[in-house]
Amino acid sequence: MTLTEWLRDPNPTSRLQSRMAQSYLSWLRMKRNKLAMIGLLITVALVLMAIFAPMLAPYDPITQNLQERLQPPLTSGHWLGTDDFGRDIWTRILYGSRITLYIVLLVILTAPVFGLLVGTVAGYFGGWVDQVLMRITDIFLAFPKLILALALVAVLGPGMVNAVLAIAITSWPPYARVARAETLTVRNSDYIAAVKLQGAGPMRVIWGHVMPMCLPSVIIRVTLDMAGVILTAAGLGFLGLGVQPPVPEWGLMISAGRKFLFEQWWVATMPGLAIFIVSLGFNLLGDGLRDVLDPRSAGR
Amino acid sequence: MADTDLNDAAPSRVTRLAKQAGGTVFTLLITFIGLLAVTFFISRVVPTDPVMSILGERATQAQIDETRTALGLDRPMWEQFGIYVWDALHGDLGTSIRTKEPVIDEIARYFPATLELSTIATIIGMLIGVPAGILAATKPGSLFDQIVRLVGLMGYSMPVFWLGLMGLLIFYGQLGWVGGPGRLDAAYDMMMQFEVEPYTGMILVDTLLNGRWDIFQNALSHIILPAALLGYLSMAYISRMTRSFMMNELGQEYITTARVKGMPEGRVIWVHALKNVMVPLITVVALSYSFLLEGAVLTETIFAWPGLGRYITDALLVADMPAVLGGTIVVGAVYIGINMFSDLLYRLVDPRAK
Repeated sequence: MTLTEWLRDPNPTSRLQSRMAQSYLSWLRMKRNKLAMIGLLITVALVLMAIFAPMLAPYDPITQNLQERLQPPLTSGHWLGTDDFGRDIWTRILYGSRITLYIVLLVILTAPVFGLLVGTVAGYFGGWVDQVLMRITDIFLAFPKLILALALVAVLGPGMVNAVLAIAITSWPPYARVARAETLTVRNSDYIAAVKLQGAGPMRVIWGHVMPMCLPSVIIRVTLDMAGVILTAAGLGFLGLGVQPPVPEWGLMISAGRKFLFEQWWVATMPGLAIFIVSLGFNLLGDGLRDVLDPRSAGR
Repeated sequence: MADTDLNDAAPSRVTRLAKQAGGTVFTLLITFIGLLAVTFFISRVVPTDPVMSILGERATQAQIDETRTALGLDRPMWEQFGIYVWDALHGDLGTSIRTKEPVIDEIARYFPATLELSTIATIIGMLIGVPAGILAATKPGSLFDQIVRLVGLMGYSMPVFWLGLMGLLIFYGQLGWVGGPGRLDAAYDMMMQFEVEPYTGMILVDTLLNGRWDIFQNALSHIILPAALLGYLSMAYISRMTRSFMMNELGQEYITTARVKGMPEGRVIWVHALKNVMVPLITVVALSYSFLLEGAVLTETIFAWPGLGRYITDALLVADMPAVLGGTIVVGAVYIGINMFSDLLYRLVDPRAK
């Protein structure tokens, strides 16, 4: 039996097989969405770039070479040109992908988890717990994200970890909302009642039986939010509040190129293109994922 | 019986609205106090000592104690917070460390520039986004629909500060079609200061009120680029939401009925369906307006635009925390206000909303 046949078997013999068959069907549906596939391609490329940066990069991202400063694109050896310290821009973009990915991963590991926790607890317990937690969520939603992040970084001091922290603190509320809504729909189901009758405590019910139900909608949100995370991180970097020089962070590179925008346009343009392409990739992928995994909101 | 029903319904709807309005105002107040709690917390964990930043390093102990008492820092935390909320509700947001001026006065000076910019941006976004979304919804899956979707997603993916730089590079640096950074050319700046009565602080409005067409044109050439770029971002959001609302509406039975009756398709879409789409669109436009306040932070930095965003970032760079937090509070308050306002308007316009 080939793999495809195994996946298409109408009578799955194991849990694994039926799950795989489900994913295979989703994959087939997504494959038809060309834009989503482009998004997937960009995302995979970003990950590969980040992993293999030292092998792909022709130069060192930090070492200065003042003899070759501000070379235009397509000069031999520097196809995207060099910056004001003579560093190869392509090399710095490659290494910058590591920082972008790192920030995205750190935010993904904190904000959705926290939001999920708040949302499920609020939805499951209801009553005053729900009231208090959701009011707090509303308050954080009332803040304009970037401005709250700015204020937080101003207090914590600039740096990558603080930037991640600021972004995480500003981006958990939507996850709490989503998780709460999902929890409300499942908390009165029979299977939850059955688990409770078996003597499971609230934490066990939430962790083992409510949270898994919230995961699909949270994952879709995460994919759609990643572009926003990248843009906010780049914005903080641009204002000099994120990663500090000489680290090749894309937002920081744009702000360095701003000084000679009209004469040496490529210094600011190239890293911006990188940010744009990567966030577009995440947005296309998230859009496609939503159509596949959540047919209710297809096309929104 | 039907009569009494109607009579009962009329006042009950009014009282219900009033009740909801009361509830909304209460929520608004709670949210606002929560916002203050966050900024209060931020201001108290700041590593820079407010006393030291006012007095400098060589202050005597007596001076330090005196300033501490004057600032109320010797009182218990909850009392400090109470005073903080009280002051903020009365418009006292503290004193800027950099300029020694009340933060609220400074913000009042900077705010009109942001308001002017984001209003024009929202208008641009609305004028393009709504028709684009509607046309896309009438032919889902068509080439036009795909293009609207892609252009919208591109807007979501664009770093706004980079977009600003690219706009300057192309339309100001290369083509010279628009004015450069700032709200006016230097020459007009002087005229604006001495020859124009500042009624609103918004240059476009003030020059028209004063009949100064020349300054108006110059201001327009400066505002058009940043406003168009921000308008693009808001268009991305508005067109996407319009499309989804319209799709939803076109699936309703009254639309089928209208079509079966032989009503021209143009009338079905632009009169019947649009009327119902307008209601949720109010919320969307209001939301995009408040997003723009945020987008303005970075755009104003690029375009040397003397607005609220630039005020906050400038203050940030010299660690002027009262100014940063004051700006944060004002933006947050406007944010909350716009959301609540759109919520109320929505309930007023749509009788189905409960």
